[in-house]
Amino acid sequence: MFDDLRDLYQEVIFDHNRNPRNFRVIEDADRTVEGFNPLCGDRLTLYIKLDGDKIVDASFQGSGCAISTASVSLMTEIIKGKTIDEAEELFEKFHEMTTGKDEDVQLEAMGKLAVLAGVREYPARVKCATLAWHTLDAALKNQETSISTE
Amino acid sequence: MTQFPIQKIREDFPILQEKIRNKPLVYLDNAATCQKPAAVIEAMSHLYRHDYANVHRGVHTLSVRSTDLYEGAREKVRQFINARSHKEIVFVKGTTDAINLVAQSFGRAQIKAGDEILITAMEHHSNIVPWQILCQQIGAVLKVAPINQKGELQVEQFENLLSDKTRLVSVVHMSNALGTINPVKQLIDKAHARNIPVLLDGAQAIPHMRVDVQDLDCDFYAFSGHKLYAPTGIGVLYGKQELLESMPPYQGGGDMIRKVTFEETEYNDLPYKFEAGTPAIAEAIVLGTAIDYLVDVGMDSVAAYEAELLAYATEQAHKIKGLRIIGEAENKGAILSFVLDNVHPHDIGTMLDSLGIAVRAGHHCAMPVMDFFQVPATARASFAMYNTVDEIDILMDGIKSLIEVFG
Repeated sequence: MFDDLRDLYQEVIFDHNRNPRNFRVIEDADRTVEGFNPLCGDRLTLYIKLDGDKIVDASFQGSGCAISTASVSLMTEIIKGKTIDEAEELFEKFHEMTTGKDEDVQLEAMGKLAVLAGVREYPARVKCATLAWHTLDAALKNQETSISTE
Repeated sequence: MTQFPIQKIREDFPILQEKIRNKPLVYLDNAATCQKPAAVIEAMSHLYRHDYANVHRGVHTLSVRSTDLYEGAREKVRQFINARSHKEIVFVKGTTDAINLVAQSFGRAQIKAGDEILITAMEHHSNIVPWQILCQQIGAVLKVAPINQKGELQVEQFENLLSDKTRLVSVVHMSNALGTINPVKQLIDKAHARNIPVLLDGAQAIPHMRVDVQDLDCDFYAFSGHKLYAPTGIGVLYGKQELLESMPPYQGGGDMIRKVTFEETEYNDLPYKFEAGTPAIAEAIVLGTAIDYLVDVGMDSVAAYEAELLAYATEQAHKIKGLRIIGEAENKGAILSFVLDNVHPHDIGTMLDSLGIAVRAGHHCAMPVMDFFQVPATARASFAMYNTVDEIDILMDGIKSLIEVFG
């Protein structure tokens, strides 16, 4: 019935929506930032634990749609073990992939995150996918304690 | 179903033939804005082809013709809501503009520091923020009457909040997020017993029921054209003549003056005092066309038909496990706001869209209502007179299927 949506709602997304990874609080987090999308009410808190410039743990709490939940769940998995610079670079690539500015983004290089490429065909849903990453960006830059996308 | 000419009405709305994602459009976002009948679309085109010029300006034939049509539309509005005089019908941009007009004109002249303005917990942002702005400007206090878990106003608490300091009550006639129809006559009686004027936000109510401002005895009534099958950019502020006369102008400019010198300006009569600048001429005239269309169908028939649609939709929705209706007032208009246990409203919106079904997913410009029900957002199917039982079946099938997909 929802064949048209197969690119947007891939099985991985349903899986992460049903069973979000790293859905917990890090009590001794080095960075805690809230992300909020006032348009749809998606709200998440991202926790980052650092060792030097290396992300050793990442987790989140909050509620959102399947796209935003899967996005933040996948993100917390993938950034663990990366340096701040590497994570920032991934943020740039993710942004390019979801906003479709660069059609040539190497989806293979995006790994699991490639399942979110489908949102670029749904402009109303792009912010659902990027909320997590904008929140991460704020956390890594250590400038704000809450961000909002509109 | 009653003898309602649904087939004919559907044929009158060209967009209903549209295919969305290769499926017939099922348009259930009428509380946001509703679609236009061919009569309205063609009247707009006819006006620009044959009768258009500025109003109240020139002696030339077209200006006279345009002015007659514009004032004719005002008379249609007057009859439609049963105002006493055309002087009580102010053309504005929409409901939001009307409420801001009252806040800035009536409010700044009549409300002082420490005075209170009473609204309810189910208001649209457009009936919250203009009052917050006014309160900041003059030091007045905004009071909010609470609602219950069914989404009904707690009338006793509303009464208790009316005080010697209350200068204005501003209440939504029908809630856009919940569908609740407030007992406005009762509220007006209570406020009037203390000589407090009442503004009704009629944006949602006006397309769904007969509105008689004299019977209601409201002091102001605000509504938008685009929710009444007319274009955007036009709306109406009804105000009792003596109140409007006592109020200073809201905006200055052409049309609202009688005589201007650099020393002083004499303002025009009602309603022109509040219509500065060239108005939305075509939109106002075509609002008249939309009203003609509705009068022809009959507002009582519309209300009866939509009540049947809502009853059917509610009954079907109750059968879906994991669906929770937000807003179950006893007296309710044709709006079904709901959430699902395991599916976020945004996902519902995208999923239904792929089936050609347009619903609203979000906070419906009523964030305090979302907070009250502790949901980030809801999905909302809002019905109009051109919707059908078959469309409700399509909606319910869609909801059941997406629940399955999400597991």
